[in-house]
Amino acid sequence: MNAAEKQSSGLGKDIVIYLCLLGMAGLQIVLAYTGSAGEGLFARLLVVAGVQALIAVLFFMHLGAERRSLVVFVAVFTLFVLATMQYGWTDSFRMINGAPFAH
Amino acid sequence: MSHADLTMEGRSAGLLAGSPFAIPTKKLAMWLFIIADTMTFAACLVAYLFLRNGTPNWPTPFKFSPSIVNVMLMTFILITSSLTMLIGLRHAKAGDKPAAFRWILITAAAGAVFALLHLREWMGLIGEGVTLFHNPWGSGLFGAAFFSVTGLHLLHVTSGVIALLVVGVRYQGGRYHADDIEILGLYWHFVDIVWMFVVPLIYLLNIAR
Repeated sequence: MNAAEKQSSGLGKDIVIYLCLLGMAGLQIVLAYTGSAGEGLFARLLVVAGVQALIAVLFFMHLGAERRSLVVFVAVFTLFVLATMQYGWTDSFRMINGAPFAH
Repeated sequence: MSHADLTMEGRSAGLLAGSPFAIPTKKLAMWLFIIADTMTFAACLVAYLFLRNGTPNWPTPFKFSPSIVNVMLMTFILITSSLTMLIGLRHAKAGDKPAAFRWILITAAAGAVFALLHLREWMGLIGEGVTLFHNPWGSGLFGAAFFSVTGLHLLHVTSGVIALLVVGVRYQGGRYHADDIEILGLYWHFVDIVWMFVVPLIYLLNIAR
């Protein structure tokens, strides 16, 4: 395979990824208008956005082609911080109920 | 050889040691910036969701037309700009400078259109009476939360457009190389990824039903 063929086949893959991302963006709109509002919708939209982000990171940002150690570093670092941000989540329910847990 | 010479040599050897993860230092710096910026956006989005969850009269102002239609168009433009960035990078790696520069300019133009559409969306909401602390529908926190999160993203897009123009011109002039285009591309794709979370969490969870 020469350089020009390599470039066109790589571009073909990029276009497929691009169409997938557009399709998932469209799916989010459909989910938002067909499902009822609430926690279920929130979870569905978040899952689709997560898959979109994963695809973009792996193929558009080419993290999948980098050294395994960099992939592990980025994934562990990012996921750890995102997880630690969730510790106060339940407190938002206290706000809406207006009843502190201490009572 | 004196002890001082030995120490200096040791330091030089440390400075010249290979970059961690065997990638160029500038690229590693961009990845570290992206990780840090992920935390910034995640903190903003979690804070936004916290307020939304804890506020009973949270406004749901986004009608299908014009807001959601506008957002769909903005999403299409931003994802397309990621593709044009990749095409520009491919040309840069192949050494085709004029084509790479052309695609970088197309990417910057798409970013500029995105920013203008975003401002139009803001103007529409401001026209309906949304300010940082007031709105006609419910909790006054909505305006501050909405403008903070979308404003931070808009700032990133605007910075990206400027960076694309600067790096593109310098690449064309021979001061920058294909690797620099690749590093800028990482930033641009990151801005795209953030938008993938802003749309569902800010807009689609608050559509007018």
